[in-house]
Amino acid sequence: MKRFARHAIFYGVLIGIWVVLAKLKIWPPYVFPTPKGVMESLWAGFADHSFWIAIAVSMKRMLLGYSLSVVLGMVLGLGVASNKFLEETMGGLLVSLQSLPSICWLPLAVLWFGLTEKAILFVVVMGSLLSVTIAMETGRQQMPKIYGMAGRNLGAHGFKLFWYVLLPASLPFILSGLKQGWAFAWRSLISGEMIFVSLGLGQLLMMGRDLNDMSQVIAVMMLIIAIGYIVDGLVFKTIERRLQHKWGLAPA
Amino acid sequence: MTPNPAVQPSFASEHRSPVRGASGRWKAAGPAVLPLRYADASGVPKVALKGISLSYKTNDGSRLLALDNINLKVKPGEFLCIVGPSGCGKSTLLHLIAGLHPATSGNVLVDDKVVQGTGTDRILIFQELGLFPWLTVGQNVDFGMKMKAVSKAERREKTQYYLRLVHLSQFKDSYTHQLSGGMRQRVALARALATEPDVLLMDEPFAALDAQTRDLLHDELERIWAETGRTIIFVTHNVREAVRLGDRVALMTFRPGRVKREYLIDLPRPRVLEDTTVAKSAREILNDLREEINKSLEEQYGQKEVTA
Repeated sequence: MKRFARHAIFYGVLIGIWVVLAKLKIWPPYVFPTPKGVMESLWAGFADHSFWIAIAVSMKRMLLGYSLSVVLGMVLGLGVASNKFLEETMGGLLVSLQSLPSICWLPLAVLWFGLTEKAILFVVVMGSLLSVTIAMETGRQQMPKIYGMAGRNLGAHGFKLFWYVLLPASLPFILSGLKQGWAFAWRSLISGEMIFVSLGLGQLLMMGRDLNDMSQVIAVMMLIIAIGYIVDGLVFKTIERRLQHKWGLAPA
Repeated sequence: MTPNPAVQPSFASEHRSPVRGASGRWKAAGPAVLPLRYADASGVPKVALKGISLSYKTNDGSRLLALDNINLKVKPGEFLCIVGPSGCGKSTLLHLIAGLHPATSGNVLVDDKVVQGTGTDRILIFQELGLFPWLTVGQNVDFGMKMKAVSKAERREKTQYYLRLVHLSQFKDSYTHQLSGGMRQRVALARALATEPDVLLMDEPFAALDAQTRDLLHDELERIWAETGRTIIFVTHNVREAVRLGDRVALMTFRPGRVKREYLIDLPRPRVLEDTTVAKSAREILNDLREEINKSLEEQYGQKEVTA
């Protein structure tokens, strides 16, 4: 309750300052919107379904792109972790590639795929693939060797060994990487969606800019923050808590 | 066949040994227990090690001979203990038998057939146990059967049976970190037994336990061994423990690991760690072991004498 009160006070003051600054009319509303204007934009966006559609479209792309990069990243990461040659060569390349902001893949994607759905997916995958791969690789190395041996000893081989032993055993070690991958994918997606009429949240942002509608820009930004926060707070935190409880890493 | 003196009739009614019925389906047997362990009179050893050697490259590039021409035979249902100074390769030997690493030369035979790689006929209980923390106690016990694609109903039945055998029925849905060290040991034992291996390999399983828990687990292991008729190869550095449990004790030398001597432990069961007969047999083995410990200390610390 106290925590809630502190939060309420903090955000109350923040919105208060915003209201006062807007009331002073120092800047025109297309530069500095009023809280009321933003609320109206939010309301209108949900009322005419354009926000709902944008969220659905963006989430669909996210799920597709992220799943793709998780599967690819796991295979790549495992390959790199289990092969000395690959580890030395590809491992270094992966780390250096990670320093490349994912938006840099966009020109390449547009040339390859045109202004299409594929180009956006490509950017999303490239944005998160490396995080997942590196997480999988280090997770595989950090995971105590005993689990793999115990699994083999109890008759697990090949895919069964991977699915029932290696993957769950390394999950606590790769979870933070999966989380980071999600965050990167989310960022890449929004940037990717800005480039053409793509119906997603990124395009709504650009539309706000084109119409000089700052209220819509801020409203969509809030949406993007909220979705990112909800996924992190609900999905990943829940998985994390359950893992910690199972493994006895934290008090239940 | 001589009945096993270790079997206490009182256990027979409480714990039923699983057997296959005429239909081939697994079912709980009646109170008649044992002795599977002397059922095989063919004279073929359950496990035979023929000329097992292992050498590996050390960091400075030289080759180290860890195990040197190990030859051992274990009868069906026999309880063999292997003792030796730490670093003599006794754990490594178990890993080789389990098929987790290949030997440089030599063969492991089970029922007179050369085995390669892992197999559920030989299950190893690791020193660190290797219980899966993401699974419940019940799911851990179930794991090996799931890998063998045993039917769900049978798995459920057997999981229950083996959990009861180690007295952990009410902890079926707990996670392993919620259990004490001794309980975790018993989960590992149940998990290994549930795959119904012919040979149970145990790697210093009780080393990290307090004396009381260890005594209790000695009794339980002896009871379970008698009930299930498994062949056990048990590695320990504790000579008394070896004498307490084993039908036979094999002493290994320090680097390279060889079998120095074998001792038949012909003491009546159940034995107690404090028995003077146990102590006397242990002392005899300990004298031989001390020589090896000295060698190992010399190598590690450049120190020679060890008294007491």
